[in-house]
Amino acid sequence: MSETSSSSTAITGAEIFCRSLQAEGVDVVFGYPGGAVLHIYDALYRQDKVSHVLVRHEQGAVHAAEGYAKSSDKPGVALVTSGPGATNAITGIADAYMDSVPLVVFTGQVPTSLIGNDAFQEVDTVGITRPCVKHNFLVKDVKDLATTIKKAFYVATTGRPGPVVVDIPKDVTAASCEFEYPESIHMRSYNPTFGGYTGQIDKAVDLILSAKQPMIYTGGGVILGRGSEALTEFTRKLGYPITNTLMGLGGYPASDKQFLGMLGMHGTYEANMAMHHADVLIAIGARFDDRVTGNIEKFCPHAKIVHVDVDPSSISKNVKVDVPIVGEVEPVLRALIKALDAANAKPDPEALDAWWKQIREWQSQDCLKYDRESELIKPQYVVQKFWELTQGDAFVTSDVGQHQMWAAQFYGFDKPNRWINSGGLGTMGVGLPFAMGVQFAHPDATVGCITGEASIQMCIQELSTCYQYQLPIKILNLNNRYLGMVRQWQEFFYQGRYAMSYMDALPDFVKLAEAYGHVGMRIDKPGDVEGAIKEALAQKERLVFLDFLTDQSENVYPMIPAGAGQNEMILV
Amino acid sequence: MRHIISVLLENESGALSRVAGLFSARGYNIESLTVAPTDDPSLSRMTIVTSGSDEIVEQITKQLNKLVDVIKLLDMTAHPHIEREMALVKVRVGEAADREEVKRLTDIFRGRIIDVTQQTYVIEITGEGSKLDAFLEAVSPFPVLEVVRSGVMGIARGDVALQL
Repeated sequence: MSETSSSSTAITGAEIFCRSLQAEGVDVVFGYPGGAVLHIYDALYRQDKVSHVLVRHEQGAVHAAEGYAKSSDKPGVALVTSGPGATNAITGIADAYMDSVPLVVFTGQVPTSLIGNDAFQEVDTVGITRPCVKHNFLVKDVKDLATTIKKAFYVATTGRPGPVVVDIPKDVTAASCEFEYPESIHMRSYNPTFGGYTGQIDKAVDLILSAKQPMIYTGGGVILGRGSEALTEFTRKLGYPITNTLMGLGGYPASDKQFLGMLGMHGTYEANMAMHHADVLIAIGARFDDRVTGNIEKFCPHAKIVHVDVDPSSISKNVKVDVPIVGEVEPVLRALIKALDAANAKPDPEALDAWWKQIREWQSQDCLKYDRESELIKPQYVVQKFWELTQGDAFVTSDVGQHQMWAAQFYGFDKPNRWINSGGLGTMGVGLPFAMGVQFAHPDATVGCITGEASIQMCIQELSTCYQYQLPIKILNLNNRYLGMVRQWQEFFYQGRYAMSYMDALPDFVKLAEAYGHVGMRIDKPGDVEGAIKEALAQKERLVFLDFLTDQSENVYPMIPAGAGQNEMILV
Repeated sequence: MRHIISVLLENESGALSRVAGLFSARGYNIESLTVAPTDDPSLSRMTIVTSGSDEIVEQITKQLNKLVDVIKLLDMTAHPHIEREMALVKVRVGEAADREEVKRLTDIFRGRIIDVTQQTYVIEITGEGSKLDAFLEAVSPFPVLEVVRSGVMGIARGDVALQL
C-alpha cells in the first residue's frame, strides 16, 4: 500500500512476456518448463489469456508450433528452457527455417551475470541458432523486452517468413519496468518487400502470352503468401498447365483438369515432361530446389523463365531467370491478372491445343498406377482411401520418406494450408507434433498423420501430449518394417545391400497406442482398410493409431535419379 | 573477379558473426574483412574483399542484404573508388648500414618509422595492397620479425556515398 505510484505500474519481465504475447494475439504456446523459465511459467500460470500446451520433448514443441502456423494464418510460438531445452528445439527451428515457417521461439537463458561462465544449463543459444533462424535476439535488459518481442513477431511474419529466436536470461524475467507494448515497429535495417514491384509486369505478360508450350510452376510461397485464389484465377484465365512443388500442394486445386500433379524427383511424368519441354516457365513462390530441378544443367533447356518471389535472394540463385519480379505473390498475381485483361494479345489457341494434346498423351502413361489386385496392402491404396473417406477435406501431416511421397501423390489437396510436411529439411518425426499443432489451430477438423513405423518413433512421446489434451488425431502408420526410402535407394543404387534399413524389434503399435490411452488397430488385409479408416473417423473424440502392415517391397514411382534430368524418369 | 563490398550494419554484438557465418555457411570466399564503428556509434562499417563469378557476387550481396542487421551495402567495384590498407612491419636493424637502408626504403614507399630501438624499427605503411606487397618484398632481405595488415578499407570517389 505504501508503494509509490511509479513502482506500482512496473511489472516483471515474466509478466511483460505474457502481456506482450496477449498483445500479439497469441492464444497458444507450445513449451516445456525448466529452471531458466520458471518466472515465465509462474506468470503464465497466473493469467488465462494465453494457454500453454505441455509437450513431452522440446523438439515436439517447435514442430507443434510449426503445424499450428502452417495450417493457420498466425505465427507459431514455442517456449523452452536454457541449455538442453534450447538444443532440443534446434531441429524444429532449422525445419522452420528451411520451409519459411513464421515462428517465434522463446528460450530461457542463465542469468546475465553467469553468461559465459559455463553455468548450469548454459548454452550459447544465439550462437547455435544463428545459421538456422531468420533472426535472433538476446535480451539483456528488461526495458528492451517488449520491443524485442514486437520485433520478433514482425520479422517472423513479414517478407519471406521464418523462425525468430528470443533468448531471455532469467534475471531479465525477474526484473521490473513499466510496460508499454509498441503499436508498430520500424527497423531501419529490415525492410521486407510489401506488395510487388510491378515494373516488370508488362514484360512478363508479353512473354507469358507469347508462349506456345507454357508451364506454371508454383511452390510454398503461394501458400505462405495467401495467393492461391489469385493463382487459380490467373491459371484458369490463361488455360495453361500447372504443377505444384511438394510445399506448394493445395496452392492450386488438385482436382482441376489443368493441374498436372506434383513435379520433381517423385513428381508425375506429365508434370516433369511438361517442364522439360516448356518454352515459357512461370515460376511463382518456388525456389528451384534440387529435388525439383534434378540435374540443373538439364533443367528446362528450352524455357524463358518468369520468376515471382518475395525474397530477392531466391531469384537467379540456382537457375538464371529472364524476367524477375520481386514481390509478394498475391499482389503480383493480381497485377498480372490486371495486365492480362488489359493486353490485346491472347494465348495462341492452336499452339495451346497442340501442347495440351501432348500433355494428355504423357498423362495416358498413368505414372501413378499400382497393383490394385495385390493381396498385400498397398500404401498408395491406404492414402487413396483416406482421401476418399475424408472427401479430400482433411488436414494431412506427414513424416519423411516413402509415405510422405505417397501422401503427396495420392491425397489430392484442393485447398491451401491442408498439407503439412517437412520439405526442406526433411525431418523425420515431425508428423505427430505437426498434427498436434494443426489440431489446436482447428479443433473440430479431421487431422490425419500419414507416417511410417520409423518416423513415428522419432517423436512417439507426443502420444502422451495428445492424451493430455484429448487430440483426436488419426495416425495412419504405413508400416513396411523398413526405412522405406533408404531401402528403395539401396535397391536401385546399392545392388540391394540393405544396410541398416530394416526396422528390427518394432513395438506392438496397438499396445503402445493403448498404453498411452488411445485406440490402436492393426490392419493387414486390403479388404479391411476401408472399414478401419471409417471406424477411426467415427471415433470423433479419440486418437486412433491405425497400424497398416503394407507391402514391404513397394517403391515410390516415378523417380528421377539424382543427377538425371526431368525427362529421365524411372517409371513403374 | 575480386570485389570490395562495403556494408553499413547495426553496431550490435553478434552482427559481425552473422556476416562471418554467412560466408562460411554458404562457402563464399573472404579475402579480408575489416570492421569498426562509424562516426555514428550505432553503426558499424565493414569492408569485405571477396571474389567469385558475377552470379556468386550477386548472391553474396543479396544474402548480405537479407541479414536483418545489415542496413545498406555498396559493391565498390561497380564505381571508381579508393582502396587503402595499412601494414605495421617490425624489422630487425642491428647494423647501422641496415638502419640506413631500411629508412631509405621506408621513405621511398612514403612510410613512417614509428618505433625505434637499438635493434628494431616498426614501420607504418599505407596504400593499396599491391604497394604493401611491394614494400614487404623490398624489405625482405632484412629480418622481418612481424607484419600486421589491417585488411582493405574502401570508399567510392566523387558523389557516390554509402550513408543512411
